[in-house]
Amino acid sequence: MSGIAITFFVIAAVLVWGGLIASIIFLARKPQLDVYPEGSELVSDDD
Amino acid sequence: MSVQQQSGEHGSVASRPREQWSGQWGFILSAIGSAVGLGNIWRFPGVAYENGGGAFLIPYLIALVTAGIPILFLDYAIGHRFRGSSPTAFRRLGGKAGKWLESLGWFQVWICIIIAVYYAAVVAWAASYFTFSFDLRWGDDTAGFFFGEFLQTSDPGFSSQFVPAVLIPLVLVWVAVLAVLGSGIAKGVQRANVIFLPLLVVAFLILVVRALFLDGAMTGLDALFTPDFSALSDPSVWIAAYSQIFFSLSIAFGIMITYSSYRNRKANVTAPALVVAFANSSFEIIAGIGVFATLGFFAFQQGVGVNELEGITGVSLSFVTFPAIVSQMPGGPFFGILFFGSLVMAGFTSLLSVLQVVSSAFQDKFGITARQASIRVGVALATVSVLLFSTTTGVITLDTVDQWANNIGIVGAAIASTILVIWVFRKGPELAAHLNSVSTFKVGRLWQLLVGVLAPAVLLYMLIQRIIVLVTEGYEGYPLWYLAIAGWGTIAVILIGAITMTALRWKHDPDDFTPWPSAQALKELSK
Repeated sequence: MSGIAITFFVIAAVLVWGGLIASIIFLARKPQLDVYPEGSELVSDDD
Repeated sequence: MSVQQQSGEHGSVASRPREQWSGQWGFILSAIGSAVGLGNIWRFPGVAYENGGGAFLIPYLIALVTAGIPILFLDYAIGHRFRGSSPTAFRRLGGKAGKWLESLGWFQVWICIIIAVYYAAVVAWAASYFTFSFDLRWGDDTAGFFFGEFLQTSDPGFSSQFVPAVLIPLVLVWVAVLAVLGSGIAKGVQRANVIFLPLLVVAFLILVVRALFLDGAMTGLDALFTPDFSALSDPSVWIAAYSQIFFSLSIAFGIMITYSSYRNRKANVTAPALVVAFANSSFEIIAGIGVFATLGFFAFQQGVGVNELEGITGVSLSFVTFPAIVSQMPGGPFFGILFFGSLVMAGFTSLLSVLQVVSSAFQDKFGITARQASIRVGVALATVSVLLFSTTTGVITLDTVDQWANNIGIVGAAIASTILVIWVFRKGPELAAHLNSVSTFKVGRLWQLLVGVLAPAVLLYMLIQRIIVLVTEGYEGYPLWYLAIAGWGTIAVILIGAITMTALRWKHDPDDFTPWPSAQALKELSK
């Protein structure tokens, strides 16, 4: 592979796979809100 | 009175609680299973290569961020807030004055009906080729085997001559998919995805690693990733990028609306959507590597350049080029098993999601169970699928119907939904506030701008351009009378189906529903 092809492969890997890893970490660290709007007490978690 | 009681049995139009995914990751895996389909494997690599190689990644990523993810958020917001199948959700979104918006939902359902009947046939072909891989049954002339011996293709038309080699696996695919659908969301659709998606990833990764060690693999990757920057000034390359993102993410034809309607009311909506979108693109990059490493090997074996190869996308790539490569490769049968096994799993989970849109809509409208929908509606669709696509004209019908259903049907539905939701019913602020009220990743005015202006503008350009081409040039040299029936007739069926279904009476009142959070609460949150 040429240098420029490797560069673009790395860019793709970092942005796309990095985006996947970042979005998973973001979700895992804060899977849900701490506070919900009015009426949330009437909505069960499993509804 | 609880919100569930106020909203008519948990916001469902049926007389029982709406089904739910068993958790966040069950939903995410199922949504990824829907998005990752045949197009990721056989469409993305060739489209990227033909549209600037490495440079294609620039418009591709811009399209992902400016259109793919915003429309995915829109679908999730509609399904999650209005808690129903596509027709139910759009009807509720329209309110008292906009009950007719249900027809947009049925338009999406009919697109899914059309797609399901031919998509099942492709899964059946892949399943057949999975078994053919064991003894490399396609021989040396892979094109002749596929179109001749296997499909027994005849001239364009509507044949009543069945091909048993297609009919039998097609019936088996329908039996399997309807059995899963009839088992419901958590025990059926989710369970199938939890099994098949990891298996697909593992199988495909093994295939990619094997491909990377083939002679010529690096030449193939060089061809895929070397950028042609001049392509960036070509509008058609940008349209190709938006098309790829749009068709790949399963957006704008009801799937993501339906899937998000099965999430609980407090579920985080946007953050999982980011995982789904990036997972889908991640798989496309992996597929690109696997496919082009393999094509590099094929070019090396033939003593030609990668740019001289033909059949590097779609049906030809999978059922003509790949079998030829498998035949030449050491350990070919194993490679074929992995490749066609991956196609079957990717196709099966996507087919499930397409049919879930149909099943869910019929369950809501007629108050039937998943099992009843699977038997009554599913068997009818299976019959049409067998009649049209297991005959000697099946592949030509499939090719034509696919062209119109995707490029006219889905794109038209996307334009209609973005314009109607954002501009006519002005639901952008409410949906943005809804997303922010339950999600950890917030959206603002930029999201509304992307969904309401950029996305419909790009999609409208795509639609007009495609209509002009189809009207002036026809398609694949097929006779005009045939295109009028199989192509434009498909759009007519979708439109008539949407109008007819909207006119039918509901079993349970879909308007007996109160969204949560209330519109008032959302206004206060937005201040």
